[in-house]
Amino acid sequence: MEWIAALGRFALDILRSLGHHAAFFWELLRTLPVSLRRPYFAIAQVHALGNLSLLVILSSGLAVGFVLALQTYYALATYGAADSVGLVVNLSLVRELGPVVTALLFAGRAGTSLTAEIGLMKAGEQLSAMELMAVDPKSRVLAPRFVGGIVAMPLLALLFSAIGILGAYVVAVLLIGLDPGNFWSIMESGVDVRRDLGNGIIKSIVFGVICSFVAVYQGFEAKATPEGVARATTRTVVISSLTVLAMDFVLTALMFSTR
Amino acid sequence: MSKRSTEVLVGLFVLLGIAALVFLALRAANLSSFNGADTYTLTAKFDNIGGLKVRSPVRSAGVVVGRVTSITLDPKSYQGVAKLDIEKSVQFPTDSSARILTSGLLGDQYIGLEAGGDEKMFAPGDTIKSTQSAVVLESLISQFLFNKAADAGGPTAPAANPPPAPSGAKK
Repeated sequence: MEWIAALGRFALDILRSLGHHAAFFWELLRTLPVSLRRPYFAIAQVHALGNLSLLVILSSGLAVGFVLALQTYYALATYGAADSVGLVVNLSLVRELGPVVTALLFAGRAGTSLTAEIGLMKAGEQLSAMELMAVDPKSRVLAPRFVGGIVAMPLLALLFSAIGILGAYVVAVLLIGLDPGNFWSIMESGVDVRRDLGNGIIKSIVFGVICSFVAVYQGFEAKATPEGVARATTRTVVISSLTVLAMDFVLTALMFSTR
Repeated sequence: MSKRSTEVLVGLFVLLGIAALVFLALRAANLSSFNGADTYTLTAKFDNIGGLKVRSPVRSAGVVVGRVTSITLDPKSYQGVAKLDIEKSVQFPTDSSARILTSGLLGDQYIGLEAGGDEKMFAPGDTIKSTQSAVVLESLISQFLFNKAADAGGPTAPAANPPPAPSGAKK
């Protein structure tokens, strides 16, 4: 009897947490129009989350492009299709790796800083102080960070894919010595702007929403102790990474299953 | 950091992102080739369209001159109807023929347009009369087996490899 009750409690806890997330998301959306009236707050967050993540995103994009080009070259050269290296690298970057790896890095680089910042504000009772001054912390602190993350994430994913393709060009054409004309033209004829690039951008926007929301939520709901903030930061990375990977599967199934 | 320099840096970041998008769209995808050019529509009916897809290229002498825009089934003749968008700058005589070809042994299928010798050119919306369907590998193989069996004659051959009905082998 006891374990049935435990199971029920578990299910109810999940439901309660889902409902809490949804209610929080709705409140965050409601504060958006007000907080966007002073766009500088969001712009400063794009700087903190986007510009300052550039280095890690660009260097990992370059590295992924290098490695992807080398590996696909070895595999494709067996079948005499080495010229398709550019196409394979481009499709895998634009459709999958660009959005997903950027989102994972973004959760680690930007999501954690968001959570820690908001969590410390809460621990230092700055958020309560704001409320006392009749300033809504959701619209002054959370919403600009949420918007900044959503703006920064797709741009970072695009840069990741672009620099990955340049990296593949360096390896395939300059190092291995494939023909540059074939490299670009096979890529061009095999990649569709709306189907591949467009769907990749939609993915990166969705991942941006997921990462920023999880980071903001965890920061705001963190226990107001050093330990609580540390826990919340860890949870941000774990939850956003897993959610991104799960959503990626769902989105891929929806986008690329037909035709 | 001053408000001004933050804004400048974010502006640069957004510009960089847009530059990446333009690079991906123009250099690394097919937006640049064949877009915005004026086109006209031709229709071609095929007994079997094989693996032809919407957006498959239309080629003449190997040069891409258009794309397939829609594929439907004619409910009366049970033929596949392909609508082709052809570049305005390329005109074809009215006795030109359309064939469904495959690039390479296992590559994608495309429509090959072969120009005829007629004086009159296709007007927009015309139908290409002479068409040749896609070659379906399975029906070729079954035809081959069937012929082999017929050549060998006698009662043993059909029992050894019973020829599948050609109609059943079609996709």
